[in-house]
Amino acid sequence: MPNHVIDPNKWVDRYSDYLYNYTISRVNNSDLAQDLVQDTFYAGLKSMKNFKGEASERTWLISILKRKIIDYYRKINSTKGKAEVRINYNDTESEGDWLEERVADPFDKTAEDTMQNTELGDAIYNCLEKLPLKQAEVFKMKTILDYETEAICNELNITPSNLWVIIHRARTAMADCLKENWF
Amino acid sequence: MSNFKLKIKCDEANHVCDKTQYEEASVWEKIILNFHLLYCKACRKYSKNNTALSETIAKSEIVCLDKKCKDAMKKDLDKAIKDVSN
Repeated sequence: MPNHVIDPNKWVDRYSDYLYNYTISRVNNSDLAQDLVQDTFYAGLKSMKNFKGEASERTWLISILKRKIIDYYRKINSTKGKAEVRINYNDTESEGDWLEERVADPFDKTAEDTMQNTELGDAIYNCLEKLPLKQAEVFKMKTILDYETEAICNELNITPSNLWVIIHRARTAMADCLKENWF
Repeated sequence: MSNFKLKIKCDEANHVCDKTQYEEASVWEKIILNFHLLYCKACRKYSKNNTALSETIAKSEIVCLDKKCKDAMKKDLDKAIKDVSN
């Protein structure tokens, strides 16, 4: 008995943000990430009959996306030919700078920070998934995209007081969901 | 002076606290919120969690797609769904 059903009509609303966030922390390019997400949906659509319902739709889509990301890196690696080596210290004038430039930049993110951010991003999306779609949508527009209240109200056709009620519910639920592991 | 009430109810305090997260609360609203927090433990807790939520989200550098982009995606996918079902 399959436990999960598949409904591609809802994919964009339900999973596009999550998949996009997942991709961008791995490929670091917005257009490319959007393309990979869209490709994932197409590929999912084509292999829908292989969906057995054992995993959730989201897990299944992520497994397709992971392959797309790997394929992308394979492709650029095979066309690149050889690694690019830059030598900046071939003149005598800048000779003395090299040591200073190699000192760790405190504002530069370390690999560990990036990794932690990726995990945190996943955790936030897991919590967002538990919200009703509308609440999640308003919360993301306001908090992640930084839209003005008025802009959201116009786009979604709601009043400011509606918006603040939705935001309040979403923030309460999100704080509850995240506080155990992340605050 | 009737507009100048210093005491507010909890739901109003929470609303100001929500607005503060988006820098949409006025100075006066922040003053009365802080006054409320002096004597209301429940709102202090909400306020603390709410601020932690803002900080956590900022730290995560999380991203999402805007509506325009999603609408375009939906349109393309709808077309593909029709092609598949035909």
